[in-house]
Amino acid sequence: MNYAPGIAFQILQSVFVVLAAPLLAGWVNQCRAWLQNRTAPSILLPYYTLAKLFHKDAVIAEHASPVFRLTPYILFGCMWLAGGIVPVLATDLPFAPAADIIALVAVFALARVFASLAAMDIGTSFGGLGARREMLIGFLAEPAMLMTLFTAAFISGSTQLTTIVETLSRRELAIYPSLAFAAVAFLMVLLAENARIPVDNPTTHLELTMVHEALILEYSARHLALVEWAAAIKLFAYMTIGFAMFVPWGIAHAGDWAGLPFAVAALAMKLALAGAGLALIETVSAKFRLFLAPEFLSTAFLLAVLGMLTHFLVRG
Amino acid sequence: MSFSPLVGALAATAAWLVIGVLALIPAGNASFARKVAFPLGALVGLALAVFGLLAVWEPTASLTLVLGLPDLPFHVRLDPLAGFFLFLLGAVSAGISVYAAGYFQDEAPERLTLIGLQYFVFLAAMALVTLADDAYLFMVAWETMALASYFLVTTDHHQPAIRSAGFLYLLIAHLGAIAILLCFGILHGGQGDYSFAALRDAELTPFWASVAFLLAFFGFGAKAGMLPLHAWLPEAHPAAPSPVSALLSGVMLKTAIYGMVRVIYDLIGSVRWEWGVVVLVIGAATTLFGVLYALMQHDLKRLLAYHSVENIGIILLGLGMSMVFIGFGHPAAGVLGLIAALYHTLNHAVFKGLLFLGAGSILHRRGLRDLNDMGGLIRSMPRTAFYFLIGALAISALPPLNGFVSEWLTFQTALQAPILGHGVVRSLLPLFAATLALAGALTAMCFVKVFGIAFLGQPREPRHPVRAPPPHNGGDGGPMERLGMAWLAAGCFVLGLFPTSMLLVLNRVGASLTGWGLSDDALASGWLWLVPTTPAEASYSPVIFLLVIVGVVLLTILLVRRFYHGRVRYSHPWDCGFPEQTPRMQDTADAFGQSIRHVFGPLYLMKRSLPGPDDPAPKFTLKVEDRHWYWLYLPVARLVEFVSSRIALLQRGRISIYLLYSFITLIALLVFVR
Repeated sequence: MNYAPGIAFQILQSVFVVLAAPLLAGWVNQCRAWLQNRTAPSILLPYYTLAKLFHKDAVIAEHASPVFRLTPYILFGCMWLAGGIVPVLATDLPFAPAADIIALVAVFALARVFASLAAMDIGTSFGGLGARREMLIGFLAEPAMLMTLFTAAFISGSTQLTTIVETLSRRELAIYPSLAFAAVAFLMVLLAENARIPVDNPTTHLELTMVHEALILEYSARHLALVEWAAAIKLFAYMTIGFAMFVPWGIAHAGDWAGLPFAVAALAMKLALAGAGLALIETVSAKFRLFLAPEFLSTAFLLAVLGMLTHFLVRG
Repeated sequence: MSFSPLVGALAATAAWLVIGVLALIPAGNASFARKVAFPLGALVGLALAVFGLLAVWEPTASLTLVLGLPDLPFHVRLDPLAGFFLFLLGAVSAGISVYAAGYFQDEAPERLTLIGLQYFVFLAAMALVTLADDAYLFMVAWETMALASYFLVTTDHHQPAIRSAGFLYLLIAHLGAIAILLCFGILHGGQGDYSFAALRDAELTPFWASVAFLLAFFGFGAKAGMLPLHAWLPEAHPAAPSPVSALLSGVMLKTAIYGMVRVIYDLIGSVRWEWGVVVLVIGAATTLFGVLYALMQHDLKRLLAYHSVENIGIILLGLGMSMVFIGFGHPAAGVLGLIAALYHTLNHAVFKGLLFLGAGSILHRRGLRDLNDMGGLIRSMPRTAFYFLIGALAISALPPLNGFVSEWLTFQTALQAPILGHGVVRSLLPLFAATLALAGALTAMCFVKVFGIAFLGQPREPRHPVRAPPPHNGGDGGPMERLGMAWLAAGCFVLGLFPTSMLLVLNRVGASLTGWGLSDDALASGWLWLVPTTPAEASYSPVIFLLVIVGVVLLTILLVRRFYHGRVRYSHPWDCGFPEQTPRMQDTADAFGQSIRHVFGPLYLMKRSLPGPDDPAPKFTLKVEDRHWYWLYLPVARLVEFVSSRIALLQRGRISIYLLYSFITLIALLVFVR
């Protein structure tokens, strides 16, 4: 078996995800500005922000431990890895057998644990608060995500994301009730995991409500740039996981260079629509009180479990 | 008698007993116990681990010892299952014994000699439990183990709380032992032969087999800390000295799992799926209960003990799934479940041992046990912090460490559910997988709390030190302590990175018990790939995973340094510009659990007192109690007291009444006995 095209596709896709992720963040911000009747900033603004942050001197609290300094790199590495597992442009990637959906969820968990530890490292009141809230959201979002993925795994008989995509993209176009439940649950998890309204507000610094921002309060300059970039990759990865499960059409096979432009175009279209949809959700809904977040997520968890049971009841 | 792993294992067991007795002899001068006994015991442990691993690959050997009663000689037997558990016992206790050599260096000599004796008798008894091949030797070893551990738990017997913890432990251990004894009684089927070979051959009706299963499940479950017989575990495990806590949680609970597997799979034999459902339900309840109560704890060792309850639940989930699959006639999937359960048994022994040793170092060097007193320990104990972090990541089931592998295998077992014919059970299995996912995420939350509060942040003012730290060394753990922790931390990595080699070992164990093994695809996948069924269905490669994640992290560091700069300024924390930050403003362990208390409020029995708004000395107190005390334990205790008070009415203390009793008995005997 010739591995070269597969590896080329793998590297291409990983680099593509890392570079394109801030663009998606810029697009979501732009859509939101339009919907809220504001003048939109440039779609490239996230890149400018990253460049600015990388050039600054990092300021670190005196008693920060190595955990604090290493965490941004671990976060970035985890998200990069996630971008390599998810079939974004092509299926049967050579790295895919090394990590399946359970490992993918665990990669997000690893990132969350390190982000929370880094928040507690400085010993400020906000850091602990952020860590506690992040883990509160995570402990329900993570199983809900896993159950959603298990529904897809039961349908395709495999926990490999590439196999799932292949199976689902070849089925006839019919509504699977189990996937419908899973899709709603997945959307709720996506909002919560990416610190979006209604669970968290990515633009707030209000101490009573912030979750993600409280976690990264002590970071500055290149560390902050890496954390923000990792967050953008995370959003990108979540969206492409959703595409892989619910709208898998248009994806290329590894080594299929001719299919690549079509795959990129299909992906760009899906992302543009999904980004606009996300901006719409964020515009029309208000942020929940913190303790409504567990209820929101337990609804997602129950929907995901229900979807899985539906699969067994109606076989589809 | 030629040399075989069985002879080696017996020799190692005898060596432990000898070391224990020798540690006792030079009373008053404990330098032998301190400098020689524990390191030597660790070497014996290593040898035992090697013999255990060899035995997995060799044909089953058995021996009849000349010891025992005249007509009841001791039978010993070493099959792959016993070999695996000997490996677990030897390998984990080696790390703990090395650590103990450092930990006990400040112990008073008269205490240390006694601890040495009890410690090695305890180890030898656990080895004998796994080697026993008849019910008689099994029960003797089982009770020796219970008594030796009881004396270890009550090492600090001058404290009333520890005495009552020890009593509770002894009580529940004996309830379990009675159930096991009755189970052997049923299994032997009236033959008068209590060797395991005879028990295996006995034919049982389905009813009596189910009764035997329930007795074995609850009897061994009492020792394992299974719900609702868990109450002793969070009391007794933290009470013991830390290396002993590690041994109790890491190894002794596993002998109960061994007993369960031995009796259910081997001695009873024909596994029924209904039994699996019972195990699954109790396992799921144990898992969630353990982790939710662990989140409420602020005593580090108690918290770890509750996590042992949780992990026993996870092991039971794997076992239950395995029994369901075997009961429905899918032995290949059943073996996968058994492998997942046994792998988690080994993994839990390694990382829980490591975590208890880390907690022991904090106690030993700082005199602290309460998380609310700790903080910032990573700066003064960097090595302990590093090892503890590895244990914390492993128990949180994060890749590429070992906890993830066994939970992954358990998930893969649950994902085999579509092959089941029974509709209800088929849709039940994924629900148990959901429970496992929830517990895994909650565990991660709990260990963020533990590591974040104990090791990160700023030092808090200790308000409840357990004891004064040793004056000459308040720093990091000593070299022996660190060696012990490093051994177990390396175990977390090796078991996490090379799971396939252990999978082959466990496959032999499964094959020896059920006659089935994993698919050829799974076995031929090579050391790099972990494949439970077929590569198309699922695979995981921890080595590639680790290489890639380390690679991308290093690449990121290099790229950032190459294109930008590494300039850093140090300053006060930012904290949204708040200037007067003090260590008291950090989250405490109780505060961290607050959100969970809010979400799962009805599950806890909380006693809270909130200060009023104009209270000059406001004090907030919170006590979270276990509901089981009130609906199960205390009613039973009251019932026993009531019955015994009625029985006490017989004892009037007057000799004429006692003579009357004898007279009535005599008449009754004359009437009824012809």
